Amino acid sequence: MAFDYEKYLRPGKLPHIWCPGCGHGIVMKGLIRAMDTLKLDMKNTAIVSGIGCASRLPGYIDCCTLHTAHGRAAAFATGVKMAKPEMNVILCGGDGDGTAIGGNHFIHACRRNIDMTYIIMNNYIYGMTGGQFSPCTPTGHKASTTPYGNPDPNFDIAKLAIGAGATFVARGTAFHANQIDKLIAEAIQHKGFSVVEILDDCPTTYGRRNKYKSVIEMMNRLKEVAVPVKAAEKMTAEQLQGKVLTGVLYKDDSKSDYTTEYAKIIERAQAKK
Amino acid sequence: MEKKLPKIEIIEKYCKGCHICVEFCPTKVLEMKGFVVAVKNLEACIKCMQCELRCPDFAIKVITD
Repeated sequence: MAFDYEKYLRPGKLPHIWCPGCGHGIVMKGLIRAMDTLKLDMKNTAIVSGIGCASRLPGYIDCCTLHTAHGRAAAFATGVKMAKPEMNVILCGGDGDGTAIGGNHFIHACRRNIDMTYIIMNNYIYGMTGGQFSPCTPTGHKASTTPYGNPDPNFDIAKLAIGAGATFVARGTAFHANQIDKLIAEAIQHKGFSVVEILDDCPTTYGRRNKYKSVIEMMNRLKEVAVPVKAAEKMTAEQLQGKVLTGVLYKDDSKSDYTTEYAKIIERAQAKK
Repeated sequence: MEKKLPKIEIIEKYCKGCHICVEFCPTKVLEMKGFVVAVKNLEACIKCMQCELRCPDFAIKVITD
């Protein structure tokens, strides 16, 4: 039987605004499948986003949604989670929104280990605002603001999240659509700050400037660069040159999450009275 | 025994013609007809659901039973 996505979508919202071949739609389908597997209560689930192409995602899903200021998804989501700790809070956004404009909020949400899931759709560029380079644009690649190639080294979102203190970090690609829902489901189940980076394609503003002839070529590139974590263990450093690891990269269940710690503080403060 | 064929439903209103489903179908069931996708050879379908899974626009449904 075909999967019933309509059940989770707001009626009359499709077709969505994303360009032909944009991977954000594939990620949204993955998120919906993950929500279905976990049987999440839509009234008890909040999806929070900032500004950008990827941040348009909550508008389509029929649950509690919040579309906030640029890069401030993590800040607003922290507020939601602190007010209602029983709520499932999912954040989504792009690489520019999450790691540049909201970079500070992102690393501090990681550090606090607050129980949320951040889905970062990394398409290597600021898509909506006109193709400016983001911290994830690979060195030497072109964007509208770097017509002769980007001189900056790029961020590795997964390593950044691990370094900042996130307790669950996974990476997938839009090509490996089957894996997306499994990674997101595992991330939602994890108690603590979970980051799922999905490598995506932006044919309109990134592909066009970097000599990708079609969406298919971009998808094939994702297929080629992705190496599952288990397969990478058997590979040499030379073979892994230019490859990207996918799957669950880091998981730490030993740390307590922020809302639990905060509840303890409330208890201590009230006991003193 | 006769092979039970699935039903491939295409919502043309949603299709943006990105070619992903056509290209990644392992048995080449789909084709482009103008700007939208169409079923070319339903007999070859192996119900792998790759087209439904990868369609970014919610335009394809593979109904198996």
